[in-house]
Amino acid sequence: MNEATLEIPYEIPVDARNPVEPFVRMDRMPHIWCPGCGIGTTVNCFTRALLDSQANLDKVAVVSGIGCTGRVAGYARLDSFHTTHGRAIPFATGLKLSNPELQVVVYSGDGDLFAIGGNHFIHAARRNMDIKVICVNNLTYAMTGGQTAPTTPGKVISATSPYGVYEPAFNLVSLAEAAGAAYVARWTTYHVKQLARSMQEVLAKKGFCFIEVISPCPTLYQRRNKMGDGLDTMKYYKDASKVRHGARTSECDLTRSGEIVVGKFVDRDRPDYLELLQNQMTETLGDRYAIPEVTCCSE
Amino acid sequence: MHADPKGVLTGVHFLDGDHACCEGTLAAGARFSAGYPITPSTEVVERFAWRIPTVGGIFIQMEDELAASIAIQGAVWGGAKAFTVTSGPGFSLMMEHIGYAAMTETPCVFVNVQRGGPSTGLPTLPAQADMMQAKWGSHGDYSIIALCPNSPQECFDLTVTAFNLAEEFRTPVMMMLDECVGHMTEKVVIPEADQIAVTPRRFTKEPAETFRLFEPQSDKVPDMVKAGDGYRFHVTGLTHDERGYPNMTVDVQDRSVRRLHDKLAPIAKERALFEAEHLDDAEVVVVSYGITSRVAQRAVQLARAKGIKAGKFRIISAWPFPAPHIAELAARVKAFVVPELNLGQMVQEVERAAAGRARVIPVSHAGGTVHQPETILKAIEEAVR
Repeated sequence: MNEATLEIPYEIPVDARNPVEPFVRMDRMPHIWCPGCGIGTTVNCFTRALLDSQANLDKVAVVSGIGCTGRVAGYARLDSFHTTHGRAIPFATGLKLSNPELQVVVYSGDGDLFAIGGNHFIHAARRNMDIKVICVNNLTYAMTGGQTAPTTPGKVISATSPYGVYEPAFNLVSLAEAAGAAYVARWTTYHVKQLARSMQEVLAKKGFCFIEVISPCPTLYQRRNKMGDGLDTMKYYKDASKVRHGARTSECDLTRSGEIVVGKFVDRDRPDYLELLQNQMTETLGDRYAIPEVTCCSE
Repeated sequence: MHADPKGVLTGVHFLDGDHACCEGTLAAGARFSAGYPITPSTEVVERFAWRIPTVGGIFIQMEDELAASIAIQGAVWGGAKAFTVTSGPGFSLMMEHIGYAAMTETPCVFVNVQRGGPSTGLPTLPAQADMMQAKWGSHGDYSIIALCPNSPQECFDLTVTAFNLAEEFRTPVMMMLDECVGHMTEKVVIPEADQIAVTPRRFTKEPAETFRLFEPQSDKVPDMVKAGDGYRFHVTGLTHDERGYPNMTVDVQDRSVRRLHDKLAPIAKERALFEAEHLDDAEVVVVSYGITSRVAQRAVQLARAKGIKAGKFRIISAWPFPAPHIAELAARVKAFVVPELNLGQMVQEVERAAAGRARVIPVSHAGGTVHQPETILKAIEEAVR
């Protein structure tokens, strides 16, 4: 092929640019994600949710842990923090409490949030900390080469389970509900409209919100398990997903190739951490209670 | 800038070191703390939890020390001055986030009330065996500042200093108490707010379009911003360029790791904190810090009473180690005596600085109590024999 044929013979009008570009650090493109990976799809949904919710982007912060999804923070043109492995939620907790007008979104993977960071997840849900947790669940540790995660379904082959996974996996939506999350939903990367709508919903909802996004890792999960490529996975998501809003989360386990129950499972109102704190202090201290002014001033 | 009077408990008090340290955090402007209970340090945050609702701030008890040590950094990037408090086993768990704070240049304070180790060790009894861990405990090359108070009054004063240095140098600062200093009760004078100097955060005046979060100023330290102010900045623990973007090249690694180290060099030299006595004619100098310095004080007195020309060099800023000061002394004294509640940690730094020009005699102690002055005296006598 000669180079000239690659040139686009017309100018792209400015308004034909991808509408998500203003939300992305274009100076960091191309990103590191593999062809067929679902993380970029979720970021697209997230930016559309931000667009549609007309959020003040100066007041939205993204916090990630470590891993493939952990890189989301680095691409979001927002105040963004790429923290340590598993600790995005406690970092986000400090950020939110010191600067409550921020909308704090934790964006990380299943290994990060539920293995090394599992303890923080359940405690933030218990406290009903006003943070929004988006978990891209690719059912494996992708960044490190496809090892077994606490979410990897039974019988799956991974780099550290060469004879198949035999330990039971976490059901993330059930865990989130049991721990006290105010909002729990699950979608796949096939459900882009529904996912963007859920993201928009949590941006408007107070308290600890959790969205699980089932997402392919064609390079390390699907390929190793002979499940085809990215497109085959989309077909699987399309065929195997059953939308059941309000389903009992305890019945939403994932298996290697079975049904994927998706939908909004929990949407309840609980007073969030700051509200509980302020109510308790006002009740016991009365006028002596000083509303927190945590942020320090410059000279 | 002076302390905000809302946080300053001006007056003459009878406080233990842990409580005095807490008052220091409030005077310094800390309005956020995240902690996890551990003896013998918990009193610091217990008092903070009691005081902060009427001052205007937040204490949160986290699920573990990993969480506490990163929650404070979230709070700092939200705009707060923040700290956490722990002891040996918890300090071990915080190491990852001490590295994160060093790498991301997040100003914050870690208080470690040292107890005997290793492992669970002696929960209620003193040691000074985390001194090397404070400097080297997290992986990779980095530097931190560590301060060693030897009284409740200093627990107050140096905690204010710790916050000020953290802001000036954009670095984590360790307050290295020990169980004795943390639990001893003495007179603590807290000045009027306008008598307490407080270093403000180095918030930039640059607009978002041109500001670079890791661009060093003339003092090798970059200015800062906080979340929510429209800068849309990025912070990562990966090796990063001046914009804060990951850049894992040999060049960027070299210049950023060296700068993280070099920016604290003044603390070893002209900004070193120490207390010296009888150094003019000293033949032997006792180098000590924390609770051990108070026993060493007695040993120097006993030696002087016997006609031995003994002097005292009390380390207050232990890291970066005040090597130039020890090196200068090494050229004119016969020996150093270094008592510490460990099997020989800071003595290695003294040996390095002395570089063979003076004898260095360790007086080690595995912890659980303090030295006897006579033990240190014996080492002084041996040094001049």
